[in-house]
Amino acid sequence: MPIQQICTVVEMTQLDASTWWMVLEVGKMVEQHGLRGGQFLHIKCGDNQLLRRPISVAITGWDEPEDLATLIFEVRGEGTKWLSQRRVGDKLDVLGPLGNGFHVPEIEEDCVEIEERHYLLVGGGIGVPPLIMYGWSMPWPRTAVLGFRTKGKAFSSVVSRFQEACEKTYLCTDDGTLGRHGFVDGQVRELLEQDKSFTQILACGPKPMLKSVAKVAAEFGVPCQVSMEERMACGIGACLGCAIRMKDGSMKHVCKDGPVFNAEEVDWDA
Amino acid sequence: MRKKCLDLSVELAGVRLKNPVVVASGTFGFGREYGQFFDLSELGGICCKGLTLHPREGNPPPRIAETPFGILNSVGLQNPGVDAFIEDELPFLRQHDVKVIANISGNTPEEYGVMCEKLSEAGVDMIEVNISCPNVKAGGLAYGTRPELAAEVTREAKQHATVPVMVKLSPNVTDITEIARAVADAGADALSLINTLRGMRIDVNTRRPILKVNTGGLSGPAVLPVAIHMVWEVASAVKLPILGMGGVSTGEDAAQLLLAGASAVAVGTALFADPCAPLKVRDGLAEIAARQGLSAVRELTGGIRPW
Ligand SMILES: Cc1cc2nc3c(=O)[nH]c(=O)nc-3n(C[C@H](O)[C@H](O)[C@H](O)COP(=O)(O)OP(=O)(O)OC[C@H]3O[C@@H](n4cnc5c(N)ncnc54)[C@H](O)[C@@H]3O)c2cc1C
Ligand SMILES: Cc1cc2nc3c(=O)[nH]c(=O)nc-3n(C[C@H](O)[C@H](O)[C@H](O)COP(=O)(O)O)c2cc1C
Ligand code: FES
Repeated sequence: MPIQQICTVVEMTQLDASTWWMVLEVGKMVEQHGLRGGQFLHIKCGDNQLLRRPISVAITGWDEPEDLATLIFEVRGEGTKWLSQRRVGDKLDVLGPLGNGFHVPEIEEDCVEIEERHYLLVGGGIGVPPLIMYGWSMPWPRTAVLGFRTKGKAFSSVVSRFQEACEKTYLCTDDGTLGRHGFVDGQVRELLEQDKSFTQILACGPKPMLKSVAKVAAEFGVPCQVSMEERMACGIGACLGCAIRMKDGSMKHVCKDGPVFNAEEVDWDA
Repeated sequence: MRKKCLDLSVELAGVRLKNPVVVASGTFGFGREYGQFFDLSELGGICCKGLTLHPREGNPPPRIAETPFGILNSVGLQNPGVDAFIEDELPFLRQHDVKVIANISGNTPEEYGVMCEKLSEAGVDMIEVNISCPNVKAGGLAYGTRPELAAEVTREAKQHATVPVMVKLSPNVTDITEIARAVADAGADALSLINTLRGMRIDVNTRRPILKVNTGGLSGPAVLPVAIHMVWEVASAVKLPILGMGGVSTGEDAAQLLLAGASAVAVGTALFADPCAPLKVRDGLAEIAARQGLSAVRELTGGIRPW
């Protein structure tokens, strides 16, 4: 159940000209409300922005005196600019935990016993951080494919977390300055061709990337979960503002039914 | 802060609200979501998400665009239909001590009639008739823009409803008092206003409107002055009680609508900034009334002293 929480900024690190690493004290939102990576917080960004801004949770931890949540965000417009100007000690008005996060039975409480799985984590750009926790918390082998526009965007503080936790981490850049030259879906295709053991793909990134990853996953018959974005107002499922169309013609809502959906449910041509 | 002797209750067409703060249709769903943040019994009333006779999927996304101190929405009346509301949502709402106001939209006057019958029987406290939607028979012209169409819908609703009928007026007209009079003459028990103002935003790089259906309805603090003015105009033109809304986010905003002639106020878009906005509006209003030495908040209604 979501709550409204006044959160204190306890760490603020600039990763590059437009990207920030922010750690918040979130009360007991992790311990008591189950906040986890892949969910999002809906943050009031000053008095001049009427609507809150949704930002995904990258890392969470139980802590004293308060639980911690790490957000990694890019400055896009006025709201995220305001957020980037916060400093340690500043307070934020936050709603959370919101959304579902990836469905991974292994790290959900009531899981009893399941057969071995092999997860493929696929992230693009600012969609990479929400996957960090999924690299760490699973008992099975994980492989990561991370795509960035250019080398400078592949922050070592983010990438190293995958390299430490996953069996293998493949890097791709759009301009070829680091790792494989090209988009992540090419790498994903190569991996699925070589290795039939993957049981699940978890993907987060821009919509065109998700669409192409979903296509490759469908070709190889590997179940794929995607984290979607849409413009939001309430963030809790009341206003029906954040609708996305499903293959069956129905509407679902990113803030409440998502942001994570099964790729085969989504109408990619809408 | 609230003084013990201050009476917050108001009456709207014979329905007693324990306080004058209601939540606006379409911003509050059927109460479940915001009910996680506060006890719904704290509200005077809940205007539910707009219902249609049959379920509707609504408009394609994007449906939301932010504007200076406001938002545009083009949700397009997505709803589960009146029967599903009665079956799945009304019992939940009924667990709370709060007045339930169903909001309805129809393609034809007959659809309004059928919905009024079903909802009255199901036991809602009041029906809010949204006439800002297109009339299929009249070539898609909105009922709310023509006095004779608005009156026809009102008559049909009144004929089939056994609970009070409140007609919700559109601000997208040349003279709102003309519509208000037509609706009053047709037998409406109360009026609510304002619905959203038509608006548009364009992405200059792509040259595309932000909203997928190009245009949407403007709400939020930006529209408050329009709402105050229209409530004042309508209150001067007809005798019916008014539920005032449009951009309310503080007690002072609400007090202005009451002074202009409203008996109660609805809070909508302000919820998106602060889930507890309606309670803050209620408390702010109580504080103003107490500060002015009133014994009841309803004494504010129509208390404007125009120049
Ligand atoms: C579930 C979810 C999780 C997200 N997680 C992250 C994250 O971890 N890191 C990060 O950097 N960004 C994330 N975003 C995107 C982020 O919310 C937008 O970049 C931000 O809202 C832009 O606000 P602004 O005022 O800076 O920009 P503006 O362009 O001025 O915003 C104007 C309006 O458009 C909306 N908007 C703009 N871009 C987007 C977008 N891509 N998705 C949804 N709404 C948008 C804003 O919310 C606002 O209402 C996420 C979005 C969603 C929906
Ligand atoms: C997202 C959204 C959905 C709405 N849906 C409805 C609706 O279904 N029926 C209706 O009569 N009004 C609807 N409205 C209008 C509101 O009830 C209200 O009249 C308007 O938003 C002005 O109030 P506000 O500025 O406090 O939001 C909607 C408004 C918003 C923002
Ligand atoms: S943002 Fe309101 S329903 Fe999702």
